[in-house]
Amino acid sequence: MTDTQYRSQIQPGRDSFAQTVRAEWVKFRTVRGWVIGLVVAALAILALGLGPSGQGSCGTNGPASDCTQPLGPGGEEVTDSFYFAHQPLAGNGTITVRVTSLTGQIPDFSGGGGGSGGPQTRSGLVPWAKAGIIIKASTAQGSAYAAMMVTGGHGVRLQYNYTGDAPGLPGAVSAASPRWLRLVRAGDTVTGYDSTNGTHWTKVGTVRLAGLPATVQAGPFVTSPGWVQPENSGATVATAVFDRLSMPTAPAGASWRGASIGAINGLNAQGSSLPGRFHAAGGTFTVTGSGDIAPAGPGPTNIGEAADDGFVGAFAGLIVVIVVGAMFITAEYRRGLIRTTLAAAPGRGRVLAAKAVVIGSVTFVAGVIGAAPLIPVGASLLRAHGNYVFPMSPLTEVRLVAGIAALLAITAVLALAAGAILRHAAGAITAVIALTVVVYFFSVPLAVLPAGAADWLLRVTPAAGFAIQQYVPAYPQVNNIYTPQHGYFPLAPWAGFGVLCLWAAAALCLATILLRRRDA
Amino acid sequence: MSEALHAEWTKLRTLPGTGWLLLGVVAATVIISAAVSASVSCSSTAACHVDVTKLSLTGTYLGQAVVAIVAVLAVSGEYATGMIRTTLAAMPRRTTVLAAKATVVTAVTLAAGTAAVLGSVLAGRLILPGHGYTPANGYPALSLANGTVLRAAAGTVLYLGLIALLSLGVATAVRDAAVAIGLVLGLLYLFPILTQVAGSPGVARHLQQIGPMTAGLEIQASTGLRSLPIGPWAGLGVLAAWAAAALLAGGLLLRRRDA
Repeated sequence: MTDTQYRSQIQPGRDSFAQTVRAEWVKFRTVRGWVIGLVVAALAILALGLGPSGQGSCGTNGPASDCTQPLGPGGEEVTDSFYFAHQPLAGNGTITVRVTSLTGQIPDFSGGGGGSGGPQTRSGLVPWAKAGIIIKASTAQGSAYAAMMVTGGHGVRLQYNYTGDAPGLPGAVSAASPRWLRLVRAGDTVTGYDSTNGTHWTKVGTVRLAGLPATVQAGPFVTSPGWVQPENSGATVATAVFDRLSMPTAPAGASWRGASIGAINGLNAQGSSLPGRFHAAGGTFTVTGSGDIAPAGPGPTNIGEAADDGFVGAFAGLIVVIVVGAMFITAEYRRGLIRTTLAAAPGRGRVLAAKAVVIGSVTFVAGVIGAAPLIPVGASLLRAHGNYVFPMSPLTEVRLVAGIAALLAITAVLALAAGAILRHAAGAITAVIALTVVVYFFSVPLAVLPAGAADWLLRVTPAAGFAIQQYVPAYPQVNNIYTPQHGYFPLAPWAGFGVLCLWAAAALCLATILLRRRDA
Repeated sequence: MSEALHAEWTKLRTLPGTGWLLLGVVAATVIISAAVSASVSCSSTAACHVDVTKLSLTGTYLGQAVVAIVAVLAVSGEYATGMIRTTLAAMPRRTTVLAAKATVVTAVTLAAGTAAVLGSVLAGRLILPGHGYTPANGYPALSLANGTVLRAAAGTVLYLGLIALLSLGVATAVRDAAVAIGLVLGLLYLFPILTQVAGSPGVARHLQQIGPMTAGLEIQASTGLRSLPIGPWAGLGVLAAWAAAALLAGGLLLRRRDA
C-alpha cells in the first residue's frame, strides 16, 4: 500500500499584477454600497450641474440685445469698440504721429454713488486706456488690425489681432514727455516703431496680418475699457491729443471721418461704451473714445457665462469618490480582510498599485458618464435662459470632460493613499476633503483670504487640480477679475492637474512604505 | 441615566484618539483664525470694511470638521469594533444610550470649542491692531465685554456643539464612519459652493438660509446685520433644526434596527 500525498488538481495560479487587479476589481464590484456611491457621484455631477440657471437678458430687450460677440481673425470672441478717425490707406505706406496727452474720466465710487443717476466721475485713467494709430482691414468689428498705442499704465504697446501684445517704451505720456508712434505697412506685414523725439526710432515688433486687403483704414484711435473692481465697475472714457500726423495722401475726395466702432453693441455690459468724438484743428487731433480692442472673456467687463460654471456638481461627486476611495482600503482594515489580501498577494506595493488602478479607473468612468452630457445640455439650457455662453471647440469639450473625470480619479487615488496611511476612514476622508474642497471653499466662495494667499493655496494644495475646469484663457492685457468665480485659476489647466497628481504620487509612495513596514 | 453618562464618558475618555482630536479642534480653529487675521491689512478707513469679529473666528470653518470626526467616531467606532452590542446589552434603553452619548460628546465639544474660540478672539485682539485695525480707524480691540462680540463668541461655541449633535445623529443613522463623515462634510461645505453658482440671487439667498453652515455661522456676524440672509439667532436655530432632525432619524433607526 502506497501512501500518496494529496495534491490539488488545480494548476497553481500565476501571481501576476493582472490577477491582483482582477481580485481588487471583484472586491470593488461586489460591495453594493461602493457601486451605488459611484452612481450617486455621476448623478450628482449631472443633476447639480444642470440646476437652476440665471435669467440672462439676451434677446429680451429688443433687437440690440441679441447676444452675439464679434469674432476676431483667430475665431475667438473679441471686444472691438473704440473711436476711430480714419482715412483709407492704399497699398504700402507709413503713418507717424506724436501723442502729447492722454487723460480720462473714471467712475468715482467714494461718494457712495451708484444711485439712479449713476456714479460720479473723476479725472483718471484705467491702466489699459489706449490711444495711438491703427491699421485695420475695415471698420467692421472683429477685422484684422495692428496698432501702436500709448496706454494709461503700461507704456507704449504694439497690439495686433486682439490677442497679440508687445511692450515698447515704458512710462506715461505728457506734453513734456511725448511719444512718437509709427506703423509701416509692407504687404501683409506691419512693423511698429516708437520714439521719444521723432528722430531716434526703436522697432517694437513686426506682425503678419494674413489676408490684409490692399486698401485698409488707418488713423488715430482712442478707447478706454471699463473700470473693474470686485466691488464695483463702470464705464470710463479717455481723451488723447495727437499732432504731427503724417500719412500717405489719401485718394481724391477722401477726408478724415470719425466713427464710433461698435458703439451700438448690446454686449457691452455696464454700458462701457460712452459716446466718442474727434476734433481736428490746425494739425492737432483731439480724440475721445471708450470701449476696448481686446479678447473677450467671462467677467464683469463682459456678458456671458463660462460653460464650466456647470461643474459645481463635481464638488458633490468629489466628496462621494473621496469616501469610496478611502473606504476601499480602510474597510479591509476594519474587517481584517487586509490580512487575507496580503496572504494571497504578498507583494504589498503591488496590492496598493492594483487598488489604485481599480479605484482610478472606475471613478474615471463614473466621471465621464456624469460630465459628458453636462456641457452640451448645460450650455443649451443657459442659452434657453437668455445667457451668452462662451463657445468651445469639440476638442476643448473632450478635454474638459476627461479633465473632470481625471480630477475625480486622481482624488480617489489620493483618498486611497490617505486611507492606507491613516488606516482610519474618518481621518483620511476629512484630510482629503480639507485639502481639496475646503481649500477651494476658503479661496473662492468664502473669499476671506487676500487674493495672494488664495492664489498660493490654489497653486500648492491638491485643490490646484480644479484648474482643469478653465477653458477661457486669461490675458494680461485685459483688465478683468481673473478669479475662479469667473472661471480663471492661478495655474494653467494641466499644470494644476499636475500638482494634484504629484500629491497623489507622493501619498502613494508614503502609503507603500508604511504598508511594507507595518504589520497589517 | 447617570450610569449611562458615566459609561459613555469612560468610553470616550479612554479612547486614545479623543484627546488628540479635541486638541486638533482647538489647534485648527486658532491657527486658521490667527493666519487669516494676520493676512488682512487696513491702511485707511475707506479700504477696510471688514467684519473683524467674524474674521477673527474664521478658523471655525476648519475646526468644525474635526468636531465632526470626534462625534462620528463616538458612534461609528462602536459599530466598527462590535462594542455597540456590549453597550446595548448593558444599557438596553437605546434612547438613553443615545442621549448619554449626545450629552458627553456635546460637553467635550463645548469645552474644546470654548478654548478654541477664546484662543481665536485673543489672537485677533493681539494681531489685528498691528494690521491697521486700530481704534483710530474705527476698530476697537476685540473684547468679550462687547455684547456683539460676546454673542458671536458664545454663539460659535454653541455652533460647534450643534455640529457635534448633527454629526452624532448622522453617524447613528448610517453607522459607518466613512459614509457619516462624507455626509456631514458634504452637508456643511456643499451649500456655500452651490450658492456661488445659483442662477438668481433669490435662489442663492434661500440656499444660504437653509444650509446648516451658512445659516448657523451668521451667529458670527457683527456688521451689516440688516442685509444678512438670516438673523444670527434664527440662523443658529436652522442648524439646531438640522441637528434635531439628524438625532431624531438616528434615534428612530437605533431603536428599530438590530445592532
